[in-house]
Amino acid sequence: MNKPLVEVQDLAKTFEVSAPWLNRVVEGKPRQFVHAVDGVSFDIGRGRTLALVGESGCGKSTVARLLVGLYAPTRGTIRFDGQDTRAVFASAGGQALHRRMQMIFQDPFASLNPRWKVLDIVAEPLREHGLVQGKAAVQDRVGELLKSVGLAAADAAKFPHQFSGGQRQRISIARALATQPEFLVCDEPTSALDVSVQAQVLNIMKDLQQRQGLTYLFISHNLAVVRHVADDVGVMYLGRLVEVAPKAELFARPRHPYTRMLLDAIPDIGMSGRARTPVQGEVPNPLEPPSGCSFHPRCPHANERCRSERPLQQMLGGIRIACHAVEEGRI
Amino acid sequence: MSAPLLEVRHLSVDFPTRRGTLLAIDDVSFDIAPGEVLGVVGESGAGKSLTGAAIIGLLEPPGRIAGGEILLEGRRIDKLPHEDMRKLRGRHIGAIFQDPLTSLNPLYTVGRQLVETIRTHLPLSEKQARERAIALLADTGIPAPEARFDQYPHQFSGGMRQRVVIALALAAEPKLIVADEPTTALDVSIQAQIIALLKKVCREHGAAVMLVTHDMGVIAETCDRVAVMYAGRIVEIGPVADVIHRPAHPYTVGLMGSIPAMDEDRERLLQIDGAMPRLNAIPAGCAFNPRCPKVFDRCRVERPDLAQAGATRAACWLLASHGAAS
Repeated sequence: MNKPLVEVQDLAKTFEVSAPWLNRVVEGKPRQFVHAVDGVSFDIGRGRTLALVGESGCGKSTVARLLVGLYAPTRGTIRFDGQDTRAVFASAGGQALHRRMQMIFQDPFASLNPRWKVLDIVAEPLREHGLVQGKAAVQDRVGELLKSVGLAAADAAKFPHQFSGGQRQRISIARALATQPEFLVCDEPTSALDVSVQAQVLNIMKDLQQRQGLTYLFISHNLAVVRHVADDVGVMYLGRLVEVAPKAELFARPRHPYTRMLLDAIPDIGMSGRARTPVQGEVPNPLEPPSGCSFHPRCPHANERCRSERPLQQMLGGIRIACHAVEEGRI
Repeated sequence: MSAPLLEVRHLSVDFPTRRGTLLAIDDVSFDIAPGEVLGVVGESGAGKSLTGAAIIGLLEPPGRIAGGEILLEGRRIDKLPHEDMRKLRGRHIGAIFQDPLTSLNPLYTVGRQLVETIRTHLPLSEKQARERAIALLADTGIPAPEARFDQYPHQFSGGMRQRVVIALALAAEPKLIVADEPTTALDVSIQAQIIALLKKVCREHGAAVMLVTHDMGVIAETCDRVAVMYAGRIVEIGPVADVIHRPAHPYTVGLMGSIPAMDEDRERLLQIDGAMPRLNAIPAGCAFNPRCPKVFDRCRVERPDLAQAGATRAACWLLASHGAAS
């Protein structure tokens, strides 16, 4: 197999959420940190889609922002096409690297400047990176980009408010494609959309991937959507990646108890009236994560070792998993 | 069949604006039987939440009921004076809204809100109301209800708050609960818990539910019947299994096809091109005609009404003409 396009090793990001200095001194409170991403490792092969799933607050969006360089990692390395991105972003070559990776955000209402015409929105990366010179050339290129996402070239003269949510999300995709990136990070690109419109956007993303050989990191909390778009799936819980497996494998034979729980929780359209076992418990406070395996308070298979010792990600039968019970063959 | 608990007859809701009147709900009729769970699905702006708001008498002005009638146990409730409606709400119709944070008062303890609701509607003493409130909290699966009784909403997580809201809705044993997107603000694992809870407590308390949601999966798990709304009208209504597996209306077919399924692999999702029309630009004839793959001349001029189509009822000329031919 070829070398993966993106290699992430032991990535971590810590945010300080302490009270202000004076309060800390007067009230004797310690500094507080939240480990939003805590030692995550994965690879994404060229032309493939890795989906990250998990519940709110599990750190999936932070991973997305770390990858495109919107945050600097606290620990760990990200390699893009063999280069350490942290070093490259700091050097003169940073601009060129930014050109090769772009991001699509969740909210198509907040991610487009309402005062700019679509032409300026889509042309901004072209101008920023100096890719196209001259007004006419820019217009042609923007028209092309809009057509590639199923809009008309004439739409360039309109403002964002003249479009529906699904059309706006296409504009964000056109903007992301402007620099001809190889890698797109999509943070919940369809969560704000209705299902029929979601289908349009997902279809466009698939077509573009096939046509241009794009690599995607696709972040979603919707497992049905993930099952449709992904090649590989990573499941996150409280800042850690608990299982990474090829899609077919993960959905047919989920190994980690949390993955099983998530799959069991999806309302199933096909089996009307099926009784399912409701999941127990809730996501703990990320400021005070449980000791050992952070999932142990909700896990039906937890034992003494799970409560005290943190399981490490390891390869078991072709998948990456972090679970003592699976490792010991208890489940 | 027993007499319906709720009857909605030719309900229309409109919004008078400076630039003309916008018809948001257009001639909607349906029944809910006692103890039945009716799902209402549709995309944003289809009018599903407004239908719920009209039933519980909480339409926000300038929205108003422009026509039709709503009957609860045979009694008209759409023209009730404000004060009578307030008494009816809570006692006979409970409501659960999407956001559990805004439907609880942050300044009162959960227990006080429950006791107040119970004593407003039921002739109970303070002590009896407290016992009932604790029993309700226990019913909705809140651990240590006695201790939680004296806590404030901010001390509860999202899922726990939604349980409190369900307890509040059930406080006076209403016969009908209108639940508007009760699980949308919650994570999937919590969503499953809340759906199971809603089903269980409504069965135990014998309450009928009108469940408004955009999530077909939630409908499939919870409802007996489902109504599909599009641009202010019901386009199809029938038993859940039939609407999901054998949809008759082209919009329902498209809606079902555009949902990524968990049990089959498709390279592409079925897509409905375009978007739902705005209220000020509803096309003539069938509102779905510009997006419909099977549109023909009659659809563009004349509007179809609901007609029997197999096990469901659908508003589509394709089926009406088919029915007339056979």
